[in-house]
Amino acid sequence: MSPCANGANGKPHGKSVVFPLDQSLVTDGGRNIAPLAIGYETFGELNADRSNAILLCHALTGDQYAADVHPVTGKPGWWDALVGPGKPFDTERYFIICSNVVGGCMGTTGPSSTNPSTGKPYGLDFPVVTIRDMVRAQAMLVDHLGIDTLFCVAGGSMGGMQVLQWAASYPERVFSAMPIATAAKHSAQNIGFNEVGRQAVMADPDWRAGRYLEQGVRPEKGLAVARMSAHITYLSETALQRKFGRKLQDRSAPTFSFDADFQVESYLRYQGVAFVERFDANSYLFVTRACDYFDLAADYGGSLAKAFKDTRTRFCVVSFTSDWLYPTSDSRAIVHALNAGGASVSFVEIESDKGHDAFLLHEPMFIATTRGFLESAAVARGLKARP
Amino acid sequence: MTLAQHPRLDHLLIADMVEPGARVLDVGCGDGALLQLLARTRNIDGRGVELSQRGVNECVAKGLSVIQGDADTDLADYPDDGFDYVILSQTLQATRHPREALRNMLRIGRRAIVSFPNFGYWRVRAQLVLRGRMPVTGNLSYSWHDTPNIHLCTIRDFVELVDNLGAHIERGFALDHAGAPIRVNAPWWVWNLLGEQAIFLLERDAPFK
Repeated sequence: MSPCANGANGKPHGKSVVFPLDQSLVTDGGRNIAPLAIGYETFGELNADRSNAILLCHALTGDQYAADVHPVTGKPGWWDALVGPGKPFDTERYFIICSNVVGGCMGTTGPSSTNPSTGKPYGLDFPVVTIRDMVRAQAMLVDHLGIDTLFCVAGGSMGGMQVLQWAASYPERVFSAMPIATAAKHSAQNIGFNEVGRQAVMADPDWRAGRYLEQGVRPEKGLAVARMSAHITYLSETALQRKFGRKLQDRSAPTFSFDADFQVESYLRYQGVAFVERFDANSYLFVTRACDYFDLAADYGGSLAKAFKDTRTRFCVVSFTSDWLYPTSDSRAIVHALNAGGASVSFVEIESDKGHDAFLLHEPMFIATTRGFLESAAVARGLKARP
Repeated sequence: MTLAQHPRLDHLLIADMVEPGARVLDVGCGDGALLQLLARTRNIDGRGVELSQRGVNECVAKGLSVIQGDADTDLADYPDDGFDYVILSQTLQATRHPREALRNMLRIGRRAIVSFPNFGYWRVRAQLVLRGRMPVTGNLSYSWHDTPNIHLCTIRDFVELVDNLGAHIERGFALDHAGAPIRVNAPWWVWNLLGEQAIFLLERDAPFK
């Protein structure tokens, strides 16, 4: 199995851009990443005046394959429910860009990429990156594509943090923004869950202090455990109960062992195994760390409102009632800050029992909200109606 | 729809109170009909707050900037003087703390526009006095056990509250059963008796502290 089927050997899937050495990414931690490669996908066509570009920002373990069939998993892209012809992010109307984040493992430079100063994979020598670093790299890609103003920047979870950072860092380049199921800062609970995941990876004997790629092994068990615990936080108690309850897996009575007797155990084990097929353990450490460090207000003297002062971006903030990872109160904090800055903001809390992952699923109210918001923004931007 | 075709006379009267180009916050904006009317006829920069998900969705789909929220809890988060007008249309009676809601409105905007059903209306009084039943009218269309209206007041009560809040009434209308304005020069007791609903434009007396 290839290490996360990625650009570890410098061969990303699909489209990619490698920036020349003089266009390095200077990280918040004060390090240079050069050369910087960015793996990305585009869907739809850029119009003549380059005004219909939408940047989709992926969540923690997502990648550039927002739509169509994922080349590694063979499954539909992560935002298949919303991206495609006639869907809210209409590929017949908009030009959609989705890139793999810096620190990731799908063609964008990350810890599994070759460190030019050693000729070996970076491993833990890769700079600790932040959400702002991810956004800086995306801005380099958007420049490279010759796009000045993005019609919309949208994304959920970690992607939503990037949306907020985009709106704060480049207000004049973001016409509209949809931060979904996200927060302006990571809570102690979120950091706590991430730490459990990282410790699981690092406790795996095959992690080898992060140098596993050179030694031809992978900390698959640790990474799978990290995924299993994280996966629970993406769901809700109601959804888990409805889906599994205490149902047994392929048996009629408990085995009095530590086999996966319960369906929920079997499901989580499957999630863990499927995940290690497509993701790199060190990338998991870096992207979770980037989320933990995120605190947008801290960059503006502790005032989130200052981050969005005088913004002309149109915002639509969305949360889900059963999301306990990024609860509605996190979204309300964003809305209050936008209000205080006089921003044009819409906010909807969608009734759903599907937990944090609801934003990836076919939730009719969410889809209607997204469609309505984009339609009205398109009218304001002067974009032609769907052909 | 032209102005003349807009079905809600109370909306037209409210629109008439708003200066063109103003910044307006509509609290309890429902499906956004008033905000749309104001945008079309007064070219306002409008925002809304609405409790129901259905209402918010309808507004967002219309391109309005609307936040899902509660007048009782969420107005506190708006900064002072953020708007020229704050509107509370047919919602005051459903708030838990009407006095606090009004105080916040006059803090957020220099002016507030409030419309509400008048509990002093003669048909309301008659139903209670003559039939011994909780009143059900066009404007108060709920039975006592399933009504969202928890703080009903009369025009007279409202005028007294405004005075207490350090604001004054700039303009006011009482609408009769047919939704037509009652003559402005009629005395207060006539408004209070014949008005099925009332609309007031309030202005705070001194700068907000």
